[in-house]
Amino acid sequence: MSVLAVVDYSEAVWIQILKAIVIFAVILQIVPIVLLIERKLLGRFQSRLGPNRVGKWGLLQPLADVLKLLSKEQFATETAVPWMFAIAPVISIFTAVATLAIIPFGDVGTWGGTIGLYGIDVSIGILYAFAFGALAFYGLMLGGWASGSKYSFLGAMRSAAQLISYEIALGLSLLGVAIQAGSLSLVEIVHAQDNYWFITTQFVGFLIFTVAGFAETNRAPFDLPEADAELVGGYNTEFGGMRFGSFFMAEYINMIVISGIATAMFLGGWRGPGPEALGPLWVLIKIFLFLVFFIWVRATLPRLRYDQLMSFGWKVLLPLATVNVIVTAIVVAT
Amino acid sequence: MTPYNPSPDIIEVQRGPNPGGLGGAYRTFGATLRGLKTTLGRVVEGPVTLEYPEQKTPVYPRFRGKHKLHRFEDTGLEKCVGCSLCAAACPAECIRVVAAENTPDHQVSAGERYAAVYEINMLRCIFCGYCELACPFDAITMGNDYELSDYTRSDLIFTKEMLLADHPERTPLRREGE
Repeated sequence: MSVLAVVDYSEAVWIQILKAIVIFAVILQIVPIVLLIERKLLGRFQSRLGPNRVGKWGLLQPLADVLKLLSKEQFATETAVPWMFAIAPVISIFTAVATLAIIPFGDVGTWGGTIGLYGIDVSIGILYAFAFGALAFYGLMLGGWASGSKYSFLGAMRSAAQLISYEIALGLSLLGVAIQAGSLSLVEIVHAQDNYWFITTQFVGFLIFTVAGFAETNRAPFDLPEADAELVGGYNTEFGGMRFGSFFMAEYINMIVISGIATAMFLGGWRGPGPEALGPLWVLIKIFLFLVFFIWVRATLPRLRYDQLMSFGWKVLLPLATVNVIVTAIVVAT
Repeated sequence: MTPYNPSPDIIEVQRGPNPGGLGGAYRTFGATLRGLKTTLGRVVEGPVTLEYPEQKTPVYPRFRGKHKLHRFEDTGLEKCVGCSLCAAACPAECIRVVAAENTPDHQVSAGERYAAVYEINMLRCIFCGYCELACPFDAITMGNDYELSDYTRSDLIFTKEMLLADHPERTPLRREGE
């Protein structure tokens, strides 16, 4: 039996299950908060108030949204392929949640004991994230294909092209950090940022990662797979009820994952002023700042045209990321 | 071949630099940052929203809203004498007046006749204010209320009783200089 990945540090099984539940619970709490923050902030960015009718300051708005989605009928078009149609949102949300496992919230023993505050610390680290990122695309692709609708199909085709071209730039942008840290494990990478955060030395990489991250999560200005204005919602057009809700949630979890990876790779992970035990809090704060930036950009930039998107990815981001990797390699080697 | 010599009334269009290249990337980056600054400025400014059912847009004093029919304050008699001039002036033909004779023991208005039926179809009314201008006795004026929605069409044909009723003013007036 060949070893596929070395798990650097592992605890008893029951602790791992407990950790999985805690991380899952925490992140699932963040999703509605992000949803609300997004709607409130978008409102402010557009000189509006945002939702404020459900509960105090509209705090119960996400709950109302979910209740509405849950109570809706599960329908499918006549041309849909039923099993693919059912499985697509599941793939989407499964891959999104699975990637959460590698985001480090704290070191081993931060909160006492020998427990590492992360789901799992694997030596392949970000490769794991890319593996699931690549799988996530099947969710969108199958969703669009199985709907049997033109708009969904167009959205799926776009997402296929977009995700493939931006995944390369995303990977290359993180390669610089991996070279500097000498490891792919996210925990090791955070350890390598003892003296300075990698955003200083890898600023170009950070910029590329941010832009490619927008494309990976299908967020504005790269929300072509959804493109509500032209494609009525793209791959999720024909989905209703909680199936649509799953896609929606997967998108937000993906945002959190990208923010988490950026936090660990560029922003020093759990490092921040104050005692070590506050580490997870710092991770959450950095994730939230990154998410606010996501929303800020969404409020600012219009959607790119399809050919602009492709030429930007292949002609600008990819060469830039390659040059960044080569320069980093030369500097580290000498 | 004469050299190209545009006449003075031809304006040559100044075109921006071509997109692409390093300059283009630099300009795009700058424009993106400016855009981010612009949207952040809206957050700093704060929202301009009026929360409608609680807050209402104040109207100008001469704003033409829901019609009112008036009575004489001292005698309580209706000012309207059923002359139908308002109906004649109405371009939308939304006013229907049926006049009847006043009798000594049934004195409704100050004149010889009174409006037995006075109806305004609010769905047809265009709020031009011609009825107000046409009225020789200032019996009909335009109020300031603009909340005129209802569930059925027939409910929006306002009768004389509804127009005469002393409704509390629900619309805030714009103050001087506002």
